[in-house]
Amino acid sequence: MADTHAHSVRFVRESMLPEQEPPAAERGVVKWMRLNLFANVQNSILTLIALYCIYWLVTSVFPWFANGIWDAPSIRACREILEGQVGGCFAVLSERWNQLLFGFQYPSELYWRPALAFVLLFVAVAPVLFRKVFPAQMLIFSALYPFIAYYLIWGGSILVPILALLGFVAGYIVYARLVTQSFAMGFFGGIVAAFVVWWLTGFVGESSFLALEPVASRNMGGFMLNLMLGTVCVSLSIPFGIALALGRQSSMPIIKWICVIFIEFVRGVPLITLLFVASVVLAYFLPPGANFDLFVRVVIMITMFASAYIAEVIRGALAALPKGQYEAADSLGLDYPQAMRLIILPQALKISIPGIVNVAVGLFKDTTLVSIISMFDLVGMIRGPILASTEWNGVYWELLGFAALLFFVVCFGISKYSQWLEKELATDHR
Amino acid sequence: MTTLSDPPQSAFKPSMLLNDTRYRGYTFQFIALVCVAALFAYLGSNLLQNLRDAGLVISFNFLGDAANYDINQTLIEYNNQMDHWRAALVGVLNTLLVSFLACITATIFGVFAGVARLSQNWLMRKLMSAYVEAFRNVPVLIWIIIIFTVMTAVMPAPRDFRGEDAAASMVLFDSVAFTNRGVYVPKPIFGPGGWAVVLVFIASLVGAVWYRRYATKLLYETGKLLPTGWPTLAIIFLPAILAYFVLGQPISLEYPELGGFNFTGGINILGSLIALWFALAIYTGAFIAENVRAGILSVSKGQTEAAASLGLRPRRIMNLVILPQALRVIIPPLISHYLNITKNSSLAIAVGYMDLTGTLGGITLNQTGRAIECILLLMAFYLTISLSISAIMNVYNNSVKLKER
Amino acid sequence: MKKTVILGALTAAGLSAGAAGAQTLDAVKERGTLNCGVTTGLVGFAAPDANGEWEGFDVGVCRAVAAAVLGDPTAVEFVPTTGKTRFTALASGEIDMLARNTTWTFSRDVDLKFEFVGVNYYDGQGFMVPKALGVSSATELNGATVCIQTGTTTELNLADYFRNNNMEYTPVPIETNAEAQQQYLAGACDVYTTDASGLAATRAAFEAPADHVVLPEIISKEPLGPLVRHGDNDWGDVVRWTLNALIAAEEYGITSANIDEMAANGNPEVKRILGSEGDLGAMFGLEADWAKRAIAAGGNYGELFAKNIGESTPIGLSRGLNAQWTEGGLLYAPPFR
Repeated sequence: MADTHAHSVRFVRESMLPEQEPPAAERGVVKWMRLNLFANVQNSILTLIALYCIYWLVTSVFPWFANGIWDAPSIRACREILEGQVGGCFAVLSERWNQLLFGFQYPSELYWRPALAFVLLFVAVAPVLFRKVFPAQMLIFSALYPFIAYYLIWGGSILVPILALLGFVAGYIVYARLVTQSFAMGFFGGIVAAFVVWWLTGFVGESSFLALEPVASRNMGGFMLNLMLGTVCVSLSIPFGIALALGRQSSMPIIKWICVIFIEFVRGVPLITLLFVASVVLAYFLPPGANFDLFVRVVIMITMFASAYIAEVIRGALAALPKGQYEAADSLGLDYPQAMRLIILPQALKISIPGIVNVAVGLFKDTTLVSIISMFDLVGMIRGPILASTEWNGVYWELLGFAALLFFVVCFGISKYSQWLEKELATDHR
Repeated sequence: MTTLSDPPQSAFKPSMLLNDTRYRGYTFQFIALVCVAALFAYLGSNLLQNLRDAGLVISFNFLGDAANYDINQTLIEYNNQMDHWRAALVGVLNTLLVSFLACITATIFGVFAGVARLSQNWLMRKLMSAYVEAFRNVPVLIWIIIIFTVMTAVMPAPRDFRGEDAAASMVLFDSVAFTNRGVYVPKPIFGPGGWAVVLVFIASLVGAVWYRRYATKLLYETGKLLPTGWPTLAIIFLPAILAYFVLGQPISLEYPELGGFNFTGGINILGSLIALWFALAIYTGAFIAENVRAGILSVSKGQTEAAASLGLRPRRIMNLVILPQALRVIIPPLISHYLNITKNSSLAIAVGYMDLTGTLGGITLNQTGRAIECILLLMAFYLTISLSISAIMNVYNNSVKLKER
Repeated sequence: MKKTVILGALTAAGLSAGAAGAQTLDAVKERGTLNCGVTTGLVGFAAPDANGEWEGFDVGVCRAVAAAVLGDPTAVEFVPTTGKTRFTALASGEIDMLARNTTWTFSRDVDLKFEFVGVNYYDGQGFMVPKALGVSSATELNGATVCIQTGTTTELNLADYFRNNNMEYTPVPIETNAEAQQQYLAGACDVYTTDASGLAATRAAFEAPADHVVLPEIISKEPLGPLVRHGDNDWGDVVRWTLNALIAAEEYGITSANIDEMAANGNPEVKRILGSEGDLGAMFGLEADWAKRAIAAGGNYGELFAKNIGESTPIGLSRGLNAQWTEGGLLYAPPFR
């Protein structure tokens, strides 16, 4: 056959050519740039615009950053050192570092306590966030964490958190006993038991057993206050949000309407008006003679706010569950609490995790609003004592940039975690 | 032979209130109602007790008193001798103005960034995701303060426009001045017949919409494709321009001029309005960008391919196939972002823009000390605004929803 | 034992036994600290220093009251309040007294049910302009853009003044003094108006104070003083007479340095004030040396003034109307007998 072939065809290459590199325009950086940056005229124009933006940003920010002064007693000293050059006066950050983080009234010798509580927060949160990596026993520490953190941050006798914990434990034991009969009985019995224990322990009296130096909550400020408000309000609002969502889905009209009105009311007004209520009006609605301090009032209002939003997220998830799940639960003969606890909520919560994380991030950002009602959180510290002081009057960029950076790191971290978790929890087979 | 019959009805026993599903619902609702009523009664009695102790009464009469303070941006006529109601109304309109502007601008930013995040251009993609992440993850209050500070610190003061070799100058043929007090733009002055030109313009807008509808109808019915681009422009502008010259140029522009302390004449768009407007728009735009991206990605690739196999060109694929489907995913979150903008506009208080929180919840409250009344009214106003916006938007949302499933 | 441990816990966390009702004095004594409302920060009057210690002229009044009632000038919890929150904080019992440059006006006294116990600073609203503008009188301010710090009576005075003089202006309301300062310095407004004392304090913080002038016109009367809730006269008396003791001490030459010597050898009035003769303190339930402790806490009125806002400080206010009546001022303490 080779012969005929040789006759009919004038030339046939008998051997393979060595592989050649693709043309310059089709490989490496050049190809990548051609495809991704200069695919057509419009694209090239976009690229040039983007390049110019980046160039402009870098040239305007870089000298300011590179010439930054990190050590000076005041803005005047900064200006003298710079001698008219462009440069940031970052000395304000190093000098007021503690105030930015802890506020200006937290006793400086006690900074280790909130710092320790902050570190322990990671230990407590880790087993919740990464269930597969850490042993389940660590969840016990997570449950204890609120009491430990309270003891560390506010100080006072250790009896206080222990007795409070005792109430919860008693409530849980009663719940566990009674829940076999009916969920409602267990639930209400648990609550009653907890209150009975708290009432009884009231007779122990005040003591200074293992007391840390107490710190009043109005002495807390800076980024610590944002973190405290964020964690406390988010963790409190999740159970309330679940209850509201279930209430809104309920078939009982009165309960449904109570929940609907609450949710729509809270979602219809800006957070700032609720904070005004906390700072200006709420005191009138409390019993005469008793007086919550601003921190507690703000926690109440932000928790209300967040739980309405979380309720809507969870309601969406409940609605997204296939109807078959509800029917399956019914056909197994489960009653409402059992169906919710065992079938519906585990699935609904899983779907709603990204939404809840979004609400949590939004809420954490919104904690800066407390600066408007004269609480000295991070933004409040900057707008109030630091910018008003004679030394640092006029250092806006450095302080606001620092605040923005701090929030960015935390919020970006949380949203990255949520994306990871979404993938981790995805059990559908795609 | 056996007959099936219902089990005999047992007589009502009190324990059935808790154990029988038929009655349990009533028990729980009753308990809930009692709890809520008790809570309100408790709060109310505390309030009455506290007010009695302090010797105060709740009364809204102060709203009829003269406000006695001035407001720097009023969309309706207002002076300091008018009452607090009027001041609150000025605030409401200012809130609506900044919300409206910010909603439109945020949508533009959001759509641009959302589409750009899906572009082929790597640099643009990265730049836009940097924008989205940077703005989504920093509190809007910080952005408002930062943008306001930029405005104040970077823009020239009106006094820089003074003198022979002024440090700053007006742009666009000396008609627009960018200052740190805001932007001064020419103001149209309507002479006799001026409104007629405006009416003609509005009529031609309606005409343009009608023309486009007609073109679409013609396309669907006969397959005939009318040009839509330049005729639309012509319909919108030609009659108005004609009317303008026929009526003898009845609309003139009043240019801002430097005089006394400030620019006088023209319209001053306040710096605080601009700062709030852009901060809200850029911040919310970042969220909208994510929704737009998710909306476009939610349309399956098969739709694009199917459209392409029908021979549609890329722009038509976008307009006729992808966008209508993506909009159904985009619009519900878009509504809640519009609501967020309206609510976040209450942060105007940080930059001194006189919105509702600045007038009723700010100066009126400070001056009269009537905290409970002012805050209640403030919440009622915001609730009304929010509920109306969501009602309007829901009507629109229902109209674009899939009709059949 | 009514107060339970859990309530004790909440006390630390936030719930504090309130002091609404009539027995503020007893409540303060039982609590052991005085809750005093101050501004969120106005250098010279009340502002935290670099270490977070509150200091200033208003703060001095708080400390004097704490020293008189509790014997300890540091037993004060300073509660920062804004223009919005100050009255509610006082009315609801969150604070026992408000020492936050608050103007004594008819409606606040009568309608809002507060009791102004006296005047610790006679102020008036003024204007500050950059020297470069070449303005020498407030009557030349027609058409100006005016920065106002909101939450005080300044907006009303300003509106009245410009209306009376048939002038126009653009108000720029600003929440905090620091931001008003930034706006003013950047030229976003031509004029900054607030109480003259506040103007002086603000100007003192400028890089080049000499480039700015405070105009001669004072357009309002602003008697600033501490206030308490209406209806608790005992407590009102304590605050009122502590303030009077500070003023009288200056008149009679009692200073924190010579107070012990004066208590022993002063004239009868001095001895009555300082409690070494008679027992005025017992009449309102304080110890005999209440006024002595109040004066020793931070000095007499003159000393407080000189230390915080006087001419030797960066704020550099002269005594003016706030001199003793014997020196042509308005300070006049009623007799102690």
